Amino acid sequence: MEKIKQTCLHEQHLLLNAKMEEFAGYDMPIVYDNIKSEHIAVRTNVGIFDVSHMGEFFVRGTDAERFVDHIFTNCVIGKEGGSVTYGMLCYENGTIVDDLLVYKYNSEEFLLVVNASNIAKDYEWVVNQTGDFDVTVKNVSDEYSEVAIQGPKAEAVIINLLGIDLRYLQFFHFGTFQFHNCQVLISRTGYTGEDGFEIYSDTSAIRDIWKIFMDAKITPCGLGSRDTLRFEAALPLYGHEISDEITPLEAGLKFFTKIDEENDFLGKTALLKQKEAGLTRRVVGIEISKMAIPRAGYKVFVGEEEVGYITTGYLSITLNKPIALAMINRPYTKKGTEVQIQIRNKFVTGFVRNKKFLNKNYKTEEL
Amino acid sequence: MSKVIDGLMYQESHEWLKKVSDDEVLIGITEFAAKELGSVVFVDLPEVGDELTAGSDFGAVESVKAASDLTSPVSGEVIEINEDLVGEPELVNEDAFNAWFIKVKISNPEELDVLLSAEQYKKLI
Repeated sequence: MEKIKQTCLHEQHLLLNAKMEEFAGYDMPIVYDNIKSEHIAVRTNVGIFDVSHMGEFFVRGTDAERFVDHIFTNCVIGKEGGSVTYGMLCYENGTIVDDLLVYKYNSEEFLLVVNASNIAKDYEWVVNQTGDFDVTVKNVSDEYSEVAIQGPKAEAVIINLLGIDLRYLQFFHFGTFQFHNCQVLISRTGYTGEDGFEIYSDTSAIRDIWKIFMDAKITPCGLGSRDTLRFEAALPLYGHEISDEITPLEAGLKFFTKIDEENDFLGKTALLKQKEAGLTRRVVGIEISKMAIPRAGYKVFVGEEEVGYITTGYLSITLNKPIALAMINRPYTKKGTEVQIQIRNKFVTGFVRNKKFLNKNYKTEEL
Repeated sequence: MSKVIDGLMYQESHEWLKKVSDDEVLIGITEFAAKELGSVVFVDLPEVGDELTAGSDFGAVESVKAASDLTSPVSGEVIEINEDLVGEPELVNEDAFNAWFIKVKISNPEELDVLLSAEQYKKLI
């Protein structure tokens, strides 16, 4: 078995008495104080996450743009330098290798940010697709550290504490900035449903930023609240709402594919076929009428028939009621459909609803 | 270091059991278990009148992150549940040894003999 990795902030997490657990091969902070207060800090104020476990690959070369467009479900051709695009990598059969952010520097240089749990698999897969494309793929995951600063006050605290003016950085765009003689990459992106930023740099800059934020008493947030936050915003998590057995259409992520456009991409043929034949199942929202908490993996029934399973479920911290995302067979995906969720030895009634559990608080207006 | 109370009985899955009469016991979870769980947001309890079997699950205690099954150390009938925990599940974190979950009329007192003493439980945590 491989040794468990540590991020450059590991020692800081221990000093803060974080509850640590292994996640994707890293010893990561799950919670510092409690998940609820960390969650609320991000919804109402600001919080900082160590997400240095995320994977980063550079794709460079004269064919970089064509290559990324070929392996990526979403479109990067025609996007401006400094744009960030969310999308997926798909196998030929349309199921998902991973979801990722693609940072476009220019048509010959892209940064792919992938899930920590998939770094090795993704790297091998991406390299295997290069064929005749004039590109090089470089896995720089171990050289890049990352923090996410999320919440309605994120912009203000970065301006105040780091002296970096991000007011003109648009949603899903990035820039490179000078900080303590280091280059830092900052994007207006995140995984919480709030306005916020992700900062990538080397270990020394990320350690400095973390220290400045701790000295300013900004709330450190662990992977526990990262999950409750992304869930309320109905953002998918690999291994739950998406996986190598689930397609983007089934996950409700068609918007992040170019299947209705001319550009070809890996998995497109299978996805078009699936679209034509009609989906047999889809990720939906579920709301539960009584107090019980649906958890990932619990079975969902209509009458005697097993019709799906919970992909993620919580007692929502923001809404204070139990809600879930679930993979449900058609035709039971219709809003208002009454379902029974098996919670241990009981069956609890729930209703299919849309996934819009709360309004996202992104800063999307033109600046 | 988590508190362990002398005189109670314990089992490895971190439930405590307190004898309140010859054939009635209270069951809860230990302070160690409550700390490990983090903030308790919901306690899923059985109904009064439910029959329990030693070693079987009778409900769950849930933190934000996960549900942990509750395992009955004894066989018998649930004669009372702690209604306070329905509205205030955080009582489990505040004082785990007072936040009992269920009162059980036990049907086989011999099952108590195999439970752990405070001393034995301390060695586990």
